[in-house]
Amino acid sequence: MLDFDLMMEVLPKLWQGVGMTGRLSLLILLLAFVLALPLAFARNAKHRILSVPANAYILFFRGTPALIQVFLVYYGAGQFPWIRSSMAWTILRDPFWCLIIALGMNGAAYSAELFAGAMRNVSRGVIEAARALGLSWYATVRTVIFPIALRSALPAYSNEIILTIKATSLASTITIMDLTGMARLEVARTYAPYEVFLTAAAIYVAITALLTQALKQLERRVITH
Amino acid sequence: MDYLPNLLFGALVTLAVAFMAIAMGSVFGLLGAIARLSQSRIAKAISGFYITVIRGTPDLIIILVIYFGGTVGLSKLFGQTVAVNEFTAGSFALAFVFGAYATEIFRGAIGSIPQGQTEAARALSLPRFIVFFRIILPQAWRLALPAFGNQSIIVIKQTSLISVVGLEELMRSASIAAGASREPFKWYFTAACIYLMMTSLMTLLLRYAEARSNLGMRRS
Repeated sequence: MLDFDLMMEVLPKLWQGVGMTGRLSLLILLLAFVLALPLAFARNAKHRILSVPANAYILFFRGTPALIQVFLVYYGAGQFPWIRSSMAWTILRDPFWCLIIALGMNGAAYSAELFAGAMRNVSRGVIEAARALGLSWYATVRTVIFPIALRSALPAYSNEIILTIKATSLASTITIMDLTGMARLEVARTYAPYEVFLTAAAIYVAITALLTQALKQLERRVITH
Repeated sequence: MDYLPNLLFGALVTLAVAFMAIAMGSVFGLLGAIARLSQSRIAKAISGFYITVIRGTPDLIIILVIYFGGTVGLSKLFGQTVAVNEFTAGSFALAFVFGAYATEIFRGAIGSIPQGQTEAARALSLPRFIVFFRIILPQAWRLALPAFGNQSIIVIKQTSLISVVGLEELMRSASIAAGASREPFKWYFTAACIYLMMTSLMTLLLRYAEARSNLGMRRS
């Protein structure tokens, strides 16, 4: 039923897209992580000046589709002449960076929610003990709260990593040739949607399955109790 | 030009697709959960494969497979070009996705009903079918509700992907308005706000439903 020769033929072409999918995923995860930590702090802050904007940010990015966020950055930014004439335009006219900005900000909202929850769950006694030992607030956060919170957030964060890889498929909607983009190109050439898309799906499943196993190993090492 | 009515009509289409996906996906989920909890190895393997494949593949790919694959498949079957309707293909694709997550949700909920319930009902010589629908499900749905609700909210956001194959739902209406008015930011942002309203409303409804479903339950 399926033309396996054709599947073997498109496999190396699709493989070219995997590199792009990987690069996008890494940069998105990096940006999301960097943004998520201050956001998580702001979300847990007592001051409303910090917590209200953080909550609004998280509500917006978690409550709207990622695709619309990508389009807002890629097409939306061009609407404003002052952006077009600014330095930022060199980045914002490039679909590659637009996707990273949009999905990075999106991922930051989900990760911030995770980290904020994990930090709230670090028991009060541990923090008080650290403070009583004379650790500064910064040292308490860095050596006590972070290690405990990030460790307990790891299983949920692993899931976040998998979701990010899958979300990079949106790259194909703004002309980036990632795995999905290459697959769409090959379908247009061969007009064999089953063979090409199922091969692409198999590559995604293989990547996510391998990564899931690797992350489980990591969890087993990091979470010893 | 004012494109707001177009966007609002698109939002109705979005809700319709989401509803179809959730309704069909729940059936897939229930079948998947029954297969996963059954004694049959083949049934277990099939539903395990289903979950792994769907959860490991981007939703966009699944929509593209069913839309373009459906056209090619049906055309071969009938010997003439058959165009698959975007609405049907999109809601089927999202139903498959929803079904995979719902399988895990239902399996967890059904699995946490004590074995004694089934044994007692079987001892009273109730048929398996009745035991499942009259004893197990009425207790399990309450446990499944929070995760089921969250997944339903995710579906609303996933419907935006169907715009890629041309269904004129909220996202596509926004793209058309953005192109025609040359004000992409304005119209994408308006659409985003409509999505936000829909997901927020669903969240509130879900909280209410959870509170209602736990009436009369002991609080721990």
